[in-house]
Amino acid sequence: MEKFTLAVNGETHEVTAPGDMPLLWVIRDLLSLKGTKFGCGQALCGACTVHLDGVAIRSCSLPISEVGEQKLTTIEGLSANGEHPLQKAWQEHVVPQCGYCQTGQIMNAAALLQNNPSPSEAEIETAMAGNLCRCGTYNRIKTAIQTASKS
Amino acid sequence: MLMIPKLSFLPFKKFTNKSEVFRPSRREFLKIGSLATGGFMLGVNFQCSGPKGETLTFAPNAYLSINGDNLVTIIAHRSEMGTGIRTSLPMIVADELGADWKSVKIEQAVGDEATYGDQNTDGSYSIRMFFEPMRRAGATARHMLMEAAGKKWDVDPSGCDTRNGQVIHAASGQQVDFSDLLDLLQDMEIPDQETLKLRKLSDYKLIGKDVPIYDVKDIVHGKALFGADMDLPGQQIAVIQRSPVVGAKVINYAEDKALEVPGVKQVIKISGNGAHPGLNKPLEGIAVIADNTWAAIKGRAALQVEWDLGENKDYQCAAQMEDMIRETLGDGKLRREKGDVKTALGSAGKVLEKTYQAPYYAHATIEPPAALAHYKEDGTVEIWAPTQHPQWARDSVAEALELDAANVRVNVTLLGGGFGRKSKPDYVVEAALLSRAIKKPVRVQWTREDDIHHDFYHSHSAQRIKAGLDAQGNLIAWNHHTVFPAIGGTSSADELHPSDGEMGLGCTDFPYDVANIRIESHEAKAHTRIGWLRSVSNIHHAFAISSMLDEIAEVRGMDPVEHILSLLGEDRQLSFNEEMEGEYPNYGEDITAYPWDTARMKRVIERVSAEANWSKSIQDGKAMGFAAHKSFLTYVACIVEVSRDENGKITIPEVHYAVDCGIAVNTDRIRSQFEGGAQFASSLAMSSAINFENGQVKQNNFDSYQIIRMPQAPKQIYTHIIESQEKPTGVGEPPVPPYIPALCNALYKLNGKRIYELPVKEAFV
Repeated sequence: MEKFTLAVNGETHEVTAPGDMPLLWVIRDLLSLKGTKFGCGQALCGACTVHLDGVAIRSCSLPISEVGEQKLTTIEGLSANGEHPLQKAWQEHVVPQCGYCQTGQIMNAAALLQNNPSPSEAEIETAMAGNLCRCGTYNRIKTAIQTASKS
Repeated sequence: MLMIPKLSFLPFKKFTNKSEVFRPSRREFLKIGSLATGGFMLGVNFQCSGPKGETLTFAPNAYLSINGDNLVTIIAHRSEMGTGIRTSLPMIVADELGADWKSVKIEQAVGDEATYGDQNTDGSYSIRMFFEPMRRAGATARHMLMEAAGKKWDVDPSGCDTRNGQVIHAASGQQVDFSDLLDLLQDMEIPDQETLKLRKLSDYKLIGKDVPIYDVKDIVHGKALFGADMDLPGQQIAVIQRSPVVGAKVINYAEDKALEVPGVKQVIKISGNGAHPGLNKPLEGIAVIADNTWAAIKGRAALQVEWDLGENKDYQCAAQMEDMIRETLGDGKLRREKGDVKTALGSAGKVLEKTYQAPYYAHATIEPPAALAHYKEDGTVEIWAPTQHPQWARDSVAEALELDAANVRVNVTLLGGGFGRKSKPDYVVEAALLSRAIKKPVRVQWTREDDIHHDFYHSHSAQRIKAGLDAQGNLIAWNHHTVFPAIGGTSSADELHPSDGEMGLGCTDFPYDVANIRIESHEAKAHTRIGWLRSVSNIHHAFAISSMLDEIAEVRGMDPVEHILSLLGEDRQLSFNEEMEGEYPNYGEDITAYPWDTARMKRVIERVSAEANWSKSIQDGKAMGFAAHKSFLTYVACIVEVSRDENGKITIPEVHYAVDCGIAVNTDRIRSQFEGGAQFASSLAMSSAINFENGQVKQNNFDSYQIIRMPQAPKQIYTHIIESQEKPTGVGEPPVPPYIPALCNALYKLNGKRIYELPVKEAFV
């Protein structure tokens, strides 16, 4: 077991964990931030997507020992009052069905818009291809990203 | 105690019970309402009084209460797994009541059938079963409020109305908040249920409109809590190594290496229930109990378990498929007969004979099964679980722990997808058993691999259809053979045929006007756990029937849409019972109350073909396919358009659905179910399959069990809702069945190659 200091959503947290513990389980089990979800454990579904220094990563497949001083942002820290343009667009289009994958979708989309504020439909599809939704909300996700990109 | 869930498609004869309780007559409300209203009249359970006896909360039935802040709390008693039911049922209560929707709080009910009625969120039941009871729950309170206001103002209550959380009296212009009537309500009598007046459909402000889901804000803020998110102080996490083959037994196991993993606390064996373990029992397994999920996962990887793999160890699904196809060549068990198929086929000018295959499918909810259980010192158990069927979870835990069900409380969290998987409470029982064993709260967490390896699968299937045309080209004979391991086989080695329920899912309810029909089933043994997946046997039955009809249309030189319209024959209401061996279950409803209405089906077909600009020829490199299929009492017609892009890959530019689900309650959630249904069905048609070798599932995760991703999804999905005043029916499952054959028929038009096996071997994007 080792001690790690993490910068999470603008705050500093100290955790004790084995170095191979995936960041996902640090976030969920040790920091009790439940908005980041477990879906596959193999970086295949995107439910666990968070930002490290603004870059979208699959937290299920990154050991805590690799995080270092990079700044971690989870869905809880994406915006001050939950008013990120994507969060607003998601509500406007009532994107979620069950809702489980949606925080990962939003985090992935936020990183996309950060790099490419006006993505084409094809660019959205490519960027979002790593995030699975079993309920089938892909079309509304795409529409919501397009709405947010215009705001 | 025998545990039988009340599901219309299960092989058990439980339909009568369900319809007796919930047939849309006055009886169903009396059953639910008598308990609820009794509570109010006695002044217990549902009414909360202050120190001076003043009414603090008005709760005329189990579903709603109004407090002194004029906050209306409505109980959602069905599980939310993505259909929007947690919004759509409470909004019916609110609309009838005249509540201010912005001042409505929704609370999730615990599993308690005696109080809330059926909570088994499955079979696209919720709206069908509870539209009337929810209206009545709202109307009961509304009439009492109007009576109270009438008394307050000394006016005729029938001149009052309720709107936005107030009673209003139009003639005098007076208005009063619901909460200012609480004291007066104490003396009000519950209105007579026989004469209770409901609002006219045109009077509703929410029903028939787009109403956003209640939880949308929490979801996008990461605050919505699912089963896997539940925590209790002092809890432990369990990850379980389950029998790799259904029926396998642990010979012995070594736990030392697992216990060496930091954070691992205990290793506990769970006993299984044999090769036909049932629908609500855990599989045999070794549980690793740890302080956190990662420790439990690593601990499990360090276990050494020696298995006696048991009777299913040599099971190969490919070999069983060959056997099943061979079976369909002979005579099967007769399930429906009209006329004389053998003579008609003998005299036919042309006979078409085709065989269709579909694989096993896993549910693959993005939230894998998880449940938190707390076995307390007083011998009671409290559960938090993403379950579709809290009452069955409660009964199953009680049975496994030999407790009275009254000592088990099941709290329902949000479900990260359900699709039928989370009806089965095996994972809830696991958590309860482990909590009792270690005397601490335990949350069981399934990994994705656990989910893919140990599901209750949609059964693989083979079907052979023989169709006979006479000299003039008329379809005169339809002989459908179907074979697949049945859901009943999960519980019993003797269940070798699909039940009447499974046969009634798109097979024996063949609605077309053909003079000679013979439908047969064949034997197949279950070698794994078979369950139900969104629309169940309709998936493979609709694939075979609507693909075959498309092929017959071509042979007859007819437009596929015109062909189906003509095969539906005269406008009439069908009842299959006189031709059925056994009973046609009609999704648990009386066929006279919910007949198979050919005119309603024609209406959706005509609508979809008009909206999609149906064309039977390829235009601009795009081809359309068509299919229509009624399931769960909802009429659906579907047109799928396919195209080949510059790289030779197939895309799906457009999908059109027309649906007649009776009264449309929440139009936005109807559309979202069709959008999602098209995508769910795309996965089944294009990419998913489970295979068994040596009794074990070959796929592990989303790399090998694939579901569609955004680039493969249909680009546009349009849902055209028929305006109707018929009784409302569900929409969770009905989008799935017609989509698959409509896609296959479109692909045929594009490539000239008929599709007889799922998933389609085609180069999709």
